Amino acid sequence: MSVRLGARDVSRAFGPVRANEGVSVEIRAGTVHAVVGENGAGKTTLMRILYGLDQPDSGTVVINDQPVRLRGPADGIGHGIGLVPQELAMIGSLTLLENLVLGTEPRSGPRIDWARARGEAEELASRVGVELPWTALADNVSISVRQQVEILRALRRGADVLILDEPTAALAPAQVDDLLRLLRGLREAGRTVVFISHKVDEVLAVADEITVLRGGKVITTRPVGDLDRTSLIELIVGQQVGFTGFVPSAVTGDEVLTVAGSVSLSVRAGEIVGVAGIAGSGQDELVERVVGLRPPDGRITLAGQDISTLPVDRRRAAGLGYISGDRRSEGLSMDASLADNTIAGTHRTLGRHGWLKPSAVRAYAKRVLDGYSVRYGRTTAVARTLSGGNQQRVVIGRELDRDPKLLVAAGPTRGVDVLGMTYIHDKLRALRDNGSGVLLVSEQLDELLDLSDRIIVLHGGRVAGEVPGGPASRTAIGTLMLGRTPS
Amino acid sequence: MTVSMLGGLLMSALLLWTPLALAALGGLLHRVSGVVNIGLEGQMLTGALVGAVVSGATGDWALGVLAAGAAGGLIGLLMSLCITRLGANEIIAGLGFTIVLSGLIGYLLRSVFDVSGTLRVAGLDPLPRILGLDPLFWLTIIFVPLIGWSLRNTVAGLRLRATGDGFDAANALGLPANGIRDIAGTLAGVFAGIAGSHLVLGQVGLFNENMVAGRGFIALAAFYFGRARPLPTALACLLFAVFDAAQARLQTAGVPAQLIQTLPYVVVIAVLTATAVRGVRGRVRRAG
Ligand SMILES: Nc1ncnc2c1ncn2[C@@H]1O[C@H](COP(=O)(O)OP(=O)(O)OP(=O)(O)O)[C@@H](O)[C@H]1O
Ligand SMILES: [Mg+2]
Repeated sequence: MSVRLGARDVSRAFGPVRANEGVSVEIRAGTVHAVVGENGAGKTTLMRILYGLDQPDSGTVVINDQPVRLRGPADGIGHGIGLVPQELAMIGSLTLLENLVLGTEPRSGPRIDWARARGEAEELASRVGVELPWTALADNVSISVRQQVEILRALRRGADVLILDEPTAALAPAQVDDLLRLLRGLREAGRTVVFISHKVDEVLAVADEITVLRGGKVITTRPVGDLDRTSLIELIVGQQVGFTGFVPSAVTGDEVLTVAGSVSLSVRAGEIVGVAGIAGSGQDELVERVVGLRPPDGRITLAGQDISTLPVDRRRAAGLGYISGDRRSEGLSMDASLADNTIAGTHRTLGRHGWLKPSAVRAYAKRVLDGYSVRYGRTTAVARTLSGGNQQRVVIGRELDRDPKLLVAAGPTRGVDVLGMTYIHDKLRALRDNGSGVLLVSEQLDELLDLSDRIIVLHGGRVAGEVPGGPASRTAIGTLMLGRTPS
Repeated sequence: MTVSMLGGLLMSALLLWTPLALAALGGLLHRVSGVVNIGLEGQMLTGALVGAVVSGATGDWALGVLAAGAAGGLIGLLMSLCITRLGANEIIAGLGFTIVLSGLIGYLLRSVFDVSGTLRVAGLDPLPRILGLDPLFWLTIIFVPLIGWSLRNTVAGLRLRATGDGFDAANALGLPANGIRDIAGTLAGVFAGIAGSHLVLGQVGLFNENMVAGRGFIALAAFYFGRARPLPTALACLLFAVFDAAQARLQTAGVPAQLIQTLPYVVVIAVLTATAVRGVRGRVRRAG
């Protein structure tokens, strides 16, 4: 048996969008196979087809060298395939343990054997080397924890082919290392892994073979030895890419943001202030307090005005922009149209006497969406139908276009492809150079070092220290993140 | 007020509580699976008629109750299929079924049974009493904790909750989310059908086309108020039942009937409003 999982001439169109066009891939058993490509290249579509969640218009899925028809995910699961989707499919009102066993519950009669479930969960977690708060609701844990549960779930269901759709998009470097180690371990154990990522370094570090998709078509499949960073990026985007690197701010003005409380900091006009820390060090609380989603524990001012008690909309009116780290529930309304998502918050300027002017709405939405290179069909399409990275661009476009005095950006390039990332970074710098302040929270150390003028490191909900931006601060940040003082 | 009057009030409140709570528990199951069931009213009415006719024809209350449950379940399944397979809006489907069923039943009464509105069934076998109350009351009492426990601790309960909160996620895990909703919809129909039969066999002893009188909607309000948890839902039903029993007594005391009859409904609206206000206050100002 050579091809454990594959596609033969698979095509899938959504209306005018050809998400997959004559795609053929062969994923050999016992390998880590990376699938890379720009936002909207068709990676997620292909994975959903391979798992049975979606059916191709033409072409077939191949399992163990045989063409098969998957009528639903149950078929995929039956063939030992597990999918950890890009937009995690955890059920928020259930506990982690309930999420883990859902669908394959250990039972005694009609009853769920919770003791056994718990035992299995602990056993699985320790085998993989993670520790999880099993009784916490999925809604109340971080994305990385949810993702670990999803991986364990697939393993528990006996998946020996594990498809991971952008698993590292929301992870901090240390967590990424853990994940890559886990994937290598799975390969050693004879399992097959399909791995999607926009980060070429990760891909080169973990993959045996790499398939590049562009515009729904396979450009090439190569063994990792044939590729390096530059050639892979060129294959992905079809051109050479220039990276800007660290450019410190030229001029800074008055404070646009001051926060007092358990975390105290300030951001000046014309300055990007980064916030680093291992997940759960107080970043989420800080962001939520500044944006107005959590009661303040001290005074917060925006351009001199006390906003501590203002609701979100008044803060936004006062000049606050917010790129949420969770585009699915906070950043976008997934079932609303692209136009509605784009104009949200600006809609009052697009009509008169409480009536929206459809032509103005469309024009505004088109300008923003095109301006931020969103790959979409019509402005009336719902946000859900966009690929993950394109959804993120919609959020960025909406928030940056308002020209905020202060932009709070949490994981602004999460799930965005290489070109998109450099593009968004340039936009954030441009916003800064125009005299706005940016509070940047990111799990990506490289992003923080590249963009920030100063970086504030959090540990255990407090400020552990501050370092200047630029590549030289890397080790100092690492030390501060662990709560130690750099020597 | 004497002790015996209070005792009498309590007994009649429990009698009125039974069908309300049964229907509400059915609606609760459907709600947990992610569908708001507006059709309980029509399903109760159908159960009442079928229960009356079958009990009369067979002379056996149990057969009447079973037939009422089966009829309600069938309608519940049809309604659910409209929602899950044909993509009908749950509100429209529920209202539509209720309106069509009450129209159909009114027509049946006149054309087949040749009566206008009220059907007296000869040989009707009323519910027996166990410890002073009927078997359906005891069944409902058992259901309250049983459903609460099952939702938490059984495979079916977990899958039901999963379908309600994460339809796509459940599907992606290979669970038949639509099928689970159909089962919940059928169960809701069974519960509502049996609840309807209680109105005839446990209370009035005859069928009237207006006898459900909004109880299906009160049941709906109850599981909303109870946030789809069995105990609070049952207590909400009890609240209505107590005021319903009280209004019946006040009527005999000479206060204008039309006014008094609205009392339990007014109480339900007041309580719902109060909890809704509290709910909004409790939430952090997330919308903005
Ligand atoms: N359900 C859908 N309805 C309409 N269009 C869709 C749907 N799913 C995907 N598409 C479109 O198909 C194209 C490919 O999407 P896909 O999600 O496969 O991209 P991707 O490679 O995973 O991108 P990303 O890196 O941003 O996640 C996109 O243009 C997207 O808008
Ligand atoms: Mg994708």
